[in-house]
Amino acid sequence: MPFLAYVAIFLVIPIVTVAVGAFQGAGGGFTMAQIRTLGDATVLRSLWRSLELSLASTVLGAVLGSLLAFLIVDLAPTHPLRRGVSAICGVLAQFGGVTLAFAWMATLGFNGLLTNLLADAFGFSDAGYSWLYGTPGLILVYTYFQIPLMVIVFLPALEGLRPQWREAALNLGATRWQYWTRVGFPLLRPAFLGSALLLFANAFAAYATAAALVSQGSTILPLLIRSALTSEVVLGQQNLAYALALEMVVVVAVVMGLYAWLLRRTSRWLP
Amino acid sequence: MPSRLLRGLALVAFAGFFLLPLLALLNFSTRDLITGARTATAWKGLVEDPTMSEAIRTSLLLAVLSVGGMVLLLVPTMVWVRLRVPRASRLVEFLCLLPLAVPPLVIVVGIKDVYAWVYYFIGDSPLTLAFAYVILVLPYSYRAIDAAMSGIDVRTLAEAARSLGAGWTTVIARVIVPNIWSGILGAAFVAIALVLGEYTFASLLHYNTVPVAIVLLGKSNAPTSMAAALASIVVTFALLLVLSLLDRRRHLRRST
Repeated sequence: MPFLAYVAIFLVIPIVTVAVGAFQGAGGGFTMAQIRTLGDATVLRSLWRSLELSLASTVLGAVLGSLLAFLIVDLAPTHPLRRGVSAICGVLAQFGGVTLAFAWMATLGFNGLLTNLLADAFGFSDAGYSWLYGTPGLILVYTYFQIPLMVIVFLPALEGLRPQWREAALNLGATRWQYWTRVGFPLLRPAFLGSALLLFANAFAAYATAAALVSQGSTILPLLIRSALTSEVVLGQQNLAYALALEMVVVVAVVMGLYAWLLRRTSRWLP
Repeated sequence: MPSRLLRGLALVAFAGFFLLPLLALLNFSTRDLITGARTATAWKGLVEDPTMSEAIRTSLLLAVLSVGGMVLLLVPTMVWVRLRVPRASRLVEFLCLLPLAVPPLVIVVGIKDVYAWVYYFIGDSPLTLAFAYVILVLPYSYRAIDAAMSGIDVRTLAEAARSLGAGWTTVIARVIVPNIWSGILGAAFVAIALVLGEYTFASLLHYNTVPVAIVLLGKSNAPTSMAAALASIVVTFALLLVLSLLDRRRHLRRST
């Protein structure tokens, strides 16, 4: 079957190459040297920063994204506002990070729109904000694509919350507060956590935004992989890239495994 | 339901957050950096700058090739699995969704050897990126097409067409595809959005596509790179609108 052959060549072989390469020396023999390198202070620090960045952007994205989904969920599906929000979210969540990184550079960088406005209004420096190119900037730009993703994945669960349940609860004398704390939130919790895990994996695996924003240095794991891939100077760096990539796969696989488990729990009551 | 005023204020805040960077792109790309006057130089650069115009051509061709490759690879396979080997459906689903769990960056790290062979057999063209892009869009395309196929009775349609003497190509191209058109459109849209914005593969395999050119020009000709960034997002958005309008027209026609 051509499909199996194609997927084997362009997907399975690369994955196997990474998994095997992580345990191979430059000469080809088996070695644990690369895996041990993962314990180095630099690697650990970038892994930690990556986790921090993913967590921060996930919390912000999940909370704000579910809020936005909540704001549009009782509009009719054909309502222009709802269609507009869904369309914009679709584009921003799928679209590559380079554009978004540049959009924020045009906002807060040198000569940026907000930079100049703030400089004119409050006399702030017009040199641009250097935190944009560090972890806070990454969190901001990641949040910009995490919120739309949250809206897309969380909206179906919010729609599945049937109005009859609220009516039933209110009929039985519950207050709105009681309805949400006893019925609404507990029902939505698995979907919310599942969506948050998806956001976490999305942030952890993202590369383009960071690569476009941070041109030098390797503060987070994806950028460390970039420098291992592109540096031709040090021998054996290619295999280090394999080990780093393997580490990334393991983290993402654990997160996605949890996600699949939560999804099965949610699907019990979703229509 | 939150009160109208509160909801309105919150929506305005969200709109501000999402629109501000896009307005900033527009502002940056239409202004002379030194005098501050409005100018269209940066937008002219999209066609005049050789790196950028070549990148735009490459990216658009890649989008077409990836969508074509995805449809050719996925639709016959999924029809075949549904009719002949339902046992394989779990395997196909797993393989299609696998790219969600394996970050593109990891695939790039492992794909260098494969691309050495692609280079050997086909040559060194940026269009060879389409091979990898078909893999990247598989999860989204699979879901869209699978949902559309679940809505029709593939077996009956195929058997009816076969018994009237149609070959397999005719069955797929003229019976199945028109019935799952909305799924294919949805899959095509996500594929186009993904390919036009894709940076990881293109930059690490050293091919010049629009996002790569944007980063490259970001240092030397910032306004033009900002113009390209805004243009690419606007084009993607316009494509989405056109596709959803096409889809709605089909629905209207069918219901009358």
